[in-house]
Amino acid sequence: MRFMMMIKLEEEGAGPADGPSEQMMTEMGKLMDEMTKAGVLLDTAGLQPTAEGTQIQWDHGKLNVVDGPFTEAKEVIGGYAIIQAKSKEEAVEWAKRFVRLHGDDWKLTSEVRQIEEPPEDWG
Amino acid sequence: MTVGDTQSTIDAVWRLESPKLIARVARLVRDVGLAEELAQDVFVIALEQWPESGVPDNPGAWLMATAKHRAIDQLRRGERLEKKYAQLARDLATSPDDGYEPDLDAFDDDIGDDMLRLVFTACHPVLSREARVALTLRLLGGLTTPEIARAYLVPESTIQQRIVRAKRTIAKKKIPYEIPQGSELASRLSSVLEVVYLIFNEGYAATAGDDWVRPELGEDALRLGRVLAGLMPKEPEVHGLVALMEIQASRFAARVGPSGEAILLFDQDRSRWDHLLIRRGLAALDRAEHLGGHAGRYVLQASIAACHARARTADETNWSRIAALYWALGQIMPSPIVELNRAVAVGEAVGPAAGLELIDQLGDSLPGYHLLHSVRGDLLERLKRFDEAREEFETAASQATNERERTLLRDRAATCVGRV
Repeated sequence: MRFMMMIKLEEEGAGPADGPSEQMMTEMGKLMDEMTKAGVLLDTAGLQPTAEGTQIQWDHGKLNVVDGPFTEAKEVIGGYAIIQAKSKEEAVEWAKRFVRLHGDDWKLTSEVRQIEEPPEDWG
Repeated sequence: MTVGDTQSTIDAVWRLESPKLIARVARLVRDVGLAEELAQDVFVIALEQWPESGVPDNPGAWLMATAKHRAIDQLRRGERLEKKYAQLARDLATSPDDGYEPDLDAFDDDIGDDMLRLVFTACHPVLSREARVALTLRLLGGLTTPEIARAYLVPESTIQQRIVRAKRTIAKKKIPYEIPQGSELASRLSSVLEVVYLIFNEGYAATAGDDWVRPELGEDALRLGRVLAGLMPKEPEVHGLVALMEIQASRFAARVGPSGEAILLFDQDRSRWDHLLIRRGLAALDRAEHLGGHAGRYVLQASIAACHARARTADETNWSRIAALYWALGQIMPSPIVELNRAVAVGEAVGPAAGLELIDQLGDSLPGYHLLHSVRGDLLERLKRFDEAREEFETAASQATNERERTLLRDRAATCVGRV
């Protein structure tokens, strides 16, 4: 089964003002490498700031297009990973390892959601 | 956190960490069976302690450190290890080059080589295919015996016995816990790749049971393949196998119709192909090609799969390239099935007469194989030799085992009647 791990954090102030430390980036690289070599990590990417994004809203027949930044949202999606795991617990374990490497200076959430499989086949 | 939560966390951690633990401990105690027992002991300790103390911040490191202590205890005091020491002493006396001493620092260096030792031991050609498959899923895939039994639709005791016997064989035949070197590497590697591809194919086209695809085994094999690619990044065939599996797996969802019927490649809805897996497969094939050398069987098969994956519609398929790839495959892996596939490709790339000529060279090498006759019928129909085509479709229909396929072939035979 596959899971999407979404990284959610406040756009300002989730971590140190000068950004991720070198040590954290090294740890992050190591974990990504480990997940790749374990055959778990299928795809991952970071997302640009919401200032570069646009929301296309549909409200019962009314279309509304709102350019970023999305100031009303407390936490925004900063990146994602698609992983293959045997169980949700396994996916959660990887997510724990991911958030843990951020150390004490960060506040963020990793949301683990199973990806719907196409009906009648893979599942 | 409840006890149940901790239990399921430990199960997940087992799957992630047990191959590494077993691989490392095996180097220390030089016995894969004993290493697995020690690793299991460590998880029993975790099961006892973690619900009380909480799951450690770094469970992998905790388990490895605990395993190290257990292994050293065993080496120093264990009764079994005394025997082992006596055995080692005998080995030393007979083979003075083998200056083995327990390498306690081994715990701190790169895990990759130990994983490879475990891979080559579990897939050693001295073991039967079934034993290699079971051992690989258990030791490297982190599957439990019940999980393996469920996947293969056999009783747990059968798998249990296979694993016990395999471990005994490894011990009895004194299979060294080593990465094969030099000329031995190629043949040993092909044994490893064969095991992974067997597991994949079991998932892809279930040989037992009614499921057309057993997705979990396919996923397990893919994961094992990716692990191998991480361990042996310089081996083009490993990347070739990964590419082949990723691309074949990309079609899983499109292979089965709404009522469970099989849908052949050309009739599949390509929008249902998994483009993430295709992208990964093409990237793996790219890595294989960059490493160069003569393309082996997996790289060639992956290249063929990639030709189909790259074609947005069946009409856009690059048949002349596929024909050339099947020719190359036939050179290193001669088989009438490969020739039949080549005939199909040539029939598309050059024309039906050329394809027919190749099929006729096959003679009687595929007795009772209905696809030979359906391909032949198809080519004859395109050559407007309708009477002969009808006969071929009828023969094919009589040989097909699948009712749906039989109906399809009879329909095709019927459309040839009375045409000139």
